[in-house]
Amino acid sequence: MITAERKPLEELIEYIKPFKRILLLGCNECVTVCSAGGRKEVGLLASGLQMAMLKSGNNIEIRQHTLERQCDPEYVEELVPMINDADAVMSMACGCGVQEIAMRFKDKPVFPAVNTTFMGASERQGVWAERCQGCGNCLLGETGGICPIARCAKQLMNGPCGGSVTGKCEISDDVDCAWQLIWDRLKSLGLEERYMEITPAKDWRSGGGSGPRKIIREDLAE
Amino acid sequence: MEKFEPVIVAFCCHYCAYTAADMAGSQRLPYPTNVKVIQVPCSCKVDALHIVKAFEKGADGVYVAGCLEGDCHFKNGNEKAARRVEYVQKYLDEIGIESERLEMVMMSAGMGYRFAQVATEITEKIRKLGPSPIKTATAL
Repeated sequence: MITAERKPLEELIEYIKPFKRILLLGCNECVTVCSAGGRKEVGLLASGLQMAMLKSGNNIEIRQHTLERQCDPEYVEELVPMINDADAVMSMACGCGVQEIAMRFKDKPVFPAVNTTFMGASERQGVWAERCQGCGNCLLGETGGICPIARCAKQLMNGPCGGSVTGKCEISDDVDCAWQLIWDRLKSLGLEERYMEITPAKDWRSGGGSGPRKIIREDLAE
Repeated sequence: MEKFEPVIVAFCCHYCAYTAADMAGSQRLPYPTNVKVIQVPCSCKVDALHIVKAFEKGADGVYVAGCLEGDCHFKNGNEKAARRVEYVQKYLDEIGIESERLEMVMMSAGMGYRFAQVATEITEKIRKLGPSPIKTATAL
């Protein structure tokens, strides 16, 4: 899923200061799962903003709404009846959701309430870790199901480097060395010979190196 | 200025603090009427939103009362509640509400005296802090 974290309240207040009526939007997808921008977080932020503004002598009106998915135009259309009652929109969705709103409602200022962080998985309740960087050419089949692009600080294609000490990365004792993990996993699978193969330098064009990417499925596209 | 009487919301776990309040009653122990008790099935049932909403609606102080460490009826709900309270305390600081206005306390069902004592202590602490900044801003 895409993970995100709420921006500091101070920054959000700066965004909405000039406006009186705010439409605060959540999204029922990834940001709900990572507890950053679902219905509950929208309620919490609305309440916090309301109180912080009240304290500084500004009475604002915040309307809350959570869309099923904010990165699809079909769901964004649902906002048409309420958009005119708002001077500005603040979105707790990921960057994709925020941009979808900005594209659909061209005359409305739209502000992000979260910092979209990474594509990750939940390690345990309340902990998310980066697992994928969307490089467009998945290597997991070669690396025992562990991604050196997302999980190695140097994105080495042939590791580990000299900074790998007792299975940990030199950047922090909290970070596992991805190449140690890859080696351990290949060994346990009896696939050590895979490790001996030298992987050539990665072609980053599929990973955004040649500009914004797009997927077109001819059978589905209208 | 009119004498300030704080409004305090106490979210009390059914298995401990709520029963302790009953115990305080049957022992004829007085505690301030400022404390408004809300019964919850476990302290962990208290969401961040419940706490923040209490402040938004005019509470001067809030506390969550759960079971003693290791005694939660649902294994470790009280520990989760304590972590949540800490999280909301930081959020209150961000909003500009003193985090001391929110507290997590622990007691057992038999601690009627402690219930009354906690209610009195927290009421006095909030009385010293004065009205919540939200209440003051609303009154202006």
